[in-house]
Amino acid sequence: MQVQVNGEAMELPAGATVAALVEKMALTGKRLAVEINEDIVPRSQHPMFALNDGDRVEVVHAIGGG
Amino acid sequence: MTEKPEIQLPEDKPLEIAGRTYQSRLLVGTGKYHDLMETGHAVEMSGAEIVTVAVRRTNLGQNPDEPNLLDVVSPDSYTILPNTAGCFTAKDAVRTCKLARELLDGRDLVKLEVLGEDRTLYPNMLETLAAAEELIKDGFKVMVYCSDDPLLAMRLEEMGCIAIMPLGAPIGSGLGIQNRYNIRQIIENANVPVLVDAGVGTASDATIAMEMGCDGVLMNSAIAHAKDPIRMANAMRLAIEAGRESYLAGRMPKKLYGSASSPLDGTFF
Repeated sequence: MQVQVNGEAMELPAGATVAALVEKMALTGKRLAVEINEDIVPRSQHPMFALNDGDRVEVVHAIGGG
Repeated sequence: MTEKPEIQLPEDKPLEIAGRTYQSRLLVGTGKYHDLMETGHAVEMSGAEIVTVAVRRTNLGQNPDEPNLLDVVSPDSYTILPNTAGCFTAKDAVRTCKLARELLDGRDLVKLEVLGEDRTLYPNMLETLAAAEELIKDGFKVMVYCSDDPLLAMRLEEMGCIAIMPLGAPIGSGLGIQNRYNIRQIIENANVPVLVDAGVGTASDATIAMEMGCDGVLMNSAIAHAKDPIRMANAMRLAIEAGRESYLAGRMPKKLYGSASSPLDGTFF
C-alpha cells in the first residue's frame, strides 16, 4: 500500500503499524508526534495502530522557533 | 530630616503562569541560532525558564543520530512553550497545538500565534480569536501573541487566555516598542500576565517594556541575531532585571527644568 508521509509517497506492507513506519524512518525512541488524516495518534497506540492505503501521515518534532 | 511622604509602590508579585511561579521574566525563543550548541549556551546565559519551540515535520532523509533540540533544552529543566509560528489559519494553529501536546506528553501550555501576512508577520486577530476559543475549550492553557489593541487584549483575557502577549513591533524587526500608550493600556486593564512578545532589538527595549510594568518579555532574534548572542543573552537578562527593579522602585517625576542635586546652602563663593 502507499501512504503519504510528511507530504511524500511511501510504500509500506499492507497492515503496517505506526510503530513500523517510525522504525522505517529510523526514529524509534525519538520524541515525536504522529497525526493521521489530521487526527493525533497517541504514542501508546503506535504499536497497534494499523495504517490504511492512502493515509496522510505527519510525523513532527520540536525545532528552534520563537 | 524632612518627613518622608507616604508613597505607593507597585506590588512585587512573582510571575505566575499556569500555576507555576518563575524567577526569570525573560522568555526566549530557540530559532535562528547557528547550531544547537549556541542555542543551549544562549538560553542558559539568558536565565530564561520558559523557552519557545516550533513544531515541524521530521525530514525523511534526516540523520537519526543528529541531536534534537529537546536534548539541549530539556523539558526536565525548562518549561517548553510550543508555538504555532507559521500558521495563517485557526485550523492550522489548533492542529499544531494538538501535535505539540502529544509531543510534550500532554503538557497543555501553548503560545498561540496566527499570522496575517508575510511582510509584517502582523497577527490575524480574527483567526487568533477563533483558535483561542477552540483551544481553551479543548483544555489548552493559551498564551496569546496579539496586536497591541487594548480592547482585543481584554477580550482574549475574558475568553480565558492565561497571558496576553502584544507585539512591541513586527516579529524579527528589532524596532523596539512602537506604541507605548497601547502597551500601557493593556497592562492597566489586565488581570493576567502581560508580556511584550516580538519587536525587541536591544537591551534598552526590554528595559522599557519592564519599566512600564510588563510582567515579562519574550524575544528571539534580538539574542540570536546579535553579533555575540551569548553576551547579548546576558545583556537581556540584566536589562529585564533592571527594568523590573526600576518599575518597582518607581521613577522620579519628569520635570521641564533643572533641579540642583547639591544643596545651595553652605556655598563659600
